[in-house]
Amino acid sequence: TSAVMAVVWGRRLLAPLGGRLRVGPRAPLRSVAAAAAAPLYDVVVSGGGMVGSAMAAVLGHDIHFHDKKIALLEAGPRKEYDHLPESYSNRVSSISPGSATLLSSFGAWDHVCSLRLKPFRRMQVWDACSEAMIVFEKDDLDDMGYIVENDVIMSALTKQLDEVADRVEVFYRSRAVGYTWPLPSHSCDTSPWVQIELADGRRLQTKLLIGADGHNSIVRKEAEIKNIEHRYDQSAVVATLHLSEATDNNVAWQRFLPSGPIALLPLSDTASSLVWSTSHEHASELLAMDEESFVDSINSAFWSNVNHSDFIDTAGAMFRSVISLLQPSGTAVRQLPPSIAKVDPESRAMFPLGMGHATEYVQHRVALIGDAAHRVHPLAGQGVNLGFGDTACLAHHLSAAAFNGSDLGSLKHLLKFETERQRHNVSLMAAIDVLKRLYSTRLAPLVLLRTWGLQATNALPPVKVRI
Amino acid sequence: RLSLFRVTRKRLFGTSHSSVDSKEMKKFQLLAHKWWDEEGEYSALHSMNDIRVPFIRDTLLNMSSSYHLGNPLSGVKILDVGCGGGLLSEPLGRLGASVTGIDPLEDNIRTADQHKSFDPVLAKRIQYKSSSLEEIVEESMETFDVIVASEVVEHVADLEMFIKCCSQVLKTEGSLFITTINKTQLSYILGIVVAEKILGIVPEGTHEWEKFVPPEELERLLESNGFSVKTVNGMLYNPLSGSWSWMESTSVNYAVHAVKSGAWGQPSPTGTLSEMDSQEPSATAGTTL
Repeated sequence: TSAVMAVVWGRRLLAPLGGRLRVGPRAPLRSVAAAAAAPLYDVVVSGGGMVGSAMAAVLGHDIHFHDKKIALLEAGPRKEYDHLPESYSNRVSSISPGSATLLSSFGAWDHVCSLRLKPFRRMQVWDACSEAMIVFEKDDLDDMGYIVENDVIMSALTKQLDEVADRVEVFYRSRAVGYTWPLPSHSCDTSPWVQIELADGRRLQTKLLIGADGHNSIVRKEAEIKNIEHRYDQSAVVATLHLSEATDNNVAWQRFLPSGPIALLPLSDTASSLVWSTSHEHASELLAMDEESFVDSINSAFWSNVNHSDFIDTAGAMFRSVISLLQPSGTAVRQLPPSIAKVDPESRAMFPLGMGHATEYVQHRVALIGDAAHRVHPLAGQGVNLGFGDTACLAHHLSAAAFNGSDLGSLKHLLKFETERQRHNVSLMAAIDVLKRLYSTRLAPLVLLRTWGLQATNALPPVKVRI
Repeated sequence: RLSLFRVTRKRLFGTSHSSVDSKEMKKFQLLAHKWWDEEGEYSALHSMNDIRVPFIRDTLLNMSSSYHLGNPLSGVKILDVGCGGGLLSEPLGRLGASVTGIDPLEDNIRTADQHKSFDPVLAKRIQYKSSSLEEIVEESMETFDVIVASEVVEHVADLEMFIKCCSQVLKTEGSLFITTINKTQLSYILGIVVAEKILGIVPEGTHEWEKFVPPEELERLLESNGFSVKTVNGMLYNPLSGSWSWMESTSVNYAVHAVKSGAWGQPSPTGTLSEMDSQEPSATAGTTL
């Protein structure tokens, strides 16, 4: 009867898996015999950056993966990190305590600590157009996060990968040029595994392919997963800076200029890393100007009040006095960041910024992690932490699946990973995007809104803790 | 030559004394190729792995003194009776066990063999055979550490004989795991009316309420045939989420863990064997040849 049919159809609509199993082959299927000759891995991670390497290392150290075969494909050469250069690298990341926990779960954090890192205890974020400011710090004055050079993280990850070399095979200088997807499960006469073809003609098969190949992910493109992306009209300028005088330097500073946020991340008592997101033209100018002018621009960006207007200042002051009545502890004194004296000669660089989000993180036998799944603006320092969060979550689900004897490429547990991470990532990414847009204007109403918003947020402990 | 002879005999003797019911076989013949579609007719069995595999694994780990978490069932010989397309054999194989899967339907065995063939590890650890339980008894006396009979006993013709055969092929102190459906009003409503006719979770006609087995009866048969019942747990299927969970009540689905007792204090194994010989000449005649 129609009621029964309605229920049956309702059930079919509820089943989300149907569409994702039907990923037909993108390249002609080779004969089963030839396919059978290619070595079969349980998991192949495509992309040996920080997130991909961490994924391979976590699985390699997982007890339930003891007898499994894992491969990591990296297009670049193996980098030796025997000794650290004296000078700091200009590519650094802000590592959250959660990411540090992940890295320590397989012994990589110890290596990072023995190389170099800078913990910070406070984060001051303020507006160029008003006095509004928000300060983040942990009640127990614990470390809020760590500024670590990307090379240091890679060195630690490479060491930990070497330790499980019997389980994890790393293929350097190996770029995947083609992926062949398996047909839906109930057609039995072709290989059920993902076929991977490398640039040098070698072929691999795997039960699960993890795409960690960055925001231009080939895995994502070949799997025909739609990506919502947007190029910001901004580039980030990075550089290694030397402070005028040595200081405790355990505060991360970020000021929202109308052209984009400028951040100073501590590297040591005398050095900090710059991340300045600004228009493409201004970024090129910053790279081209002489060192003295560059340093002046930075100091001026942090110290100048040229963007203030009386109206906003008054409105802000009024709001602040209201807050200090209601929540005496909710207003803080704005501190000034350290002044910059020099910039490391070769350390200036720029790269374009954008945002991206894959509509699906998983398909039958495929999962995306890191920038391949989501790309954010650096203003919140969250990029690599989101990626490490993906790694921890996927590793947890794969470990449970392995201990249950499940087929590792099965959508059942992959979807659990996707739901968990999308729930976490989407709201954070939306917030970052909104912040980026909100702070890109001088218009009074929006400045007022964000001024009051920032002041209110600073006064409200529950909101701050969530951030 | 012998196997062909045996199959022909089964067809002639419609009221065969084996535990295999030919009507049941016909039902499954039609679906022999649908086993591995995780979203198809057997989706509920696929998701049942999420509770029955941990149940088997953890019970065995708790009884064992030494194991490696990376290969928890290594060294364990398991017989999967009524293995179908191998849905339960494969996870057990991945956990390290040596699995023998038997099913009377050749098409099921063919599907199972083909599916495992692509994975070299599973291909070595699992062996499939088209056979009934009785047919392997003589060559497999006290061979297996574990027998799993999941969603099988509600399809067999003679449950007591089935249990006796299990006892024969199981080593002493070996474990028997059974999952099946209770015979209650609730199991009729949920297990047949809702599951088969309304929601189509189970292909229509798969189950007959008359053949459902109440846990009390199963326990009685097990205890009187040399087993000691250790655990009985109720199971519940949620059609909206497509997932199984444990529950207190055994009124619909349930799982049982029983252990084959040692020789003392229980009916002796030889006694059981001679009873069987006198009752079912046709079933055993083929095997002794």
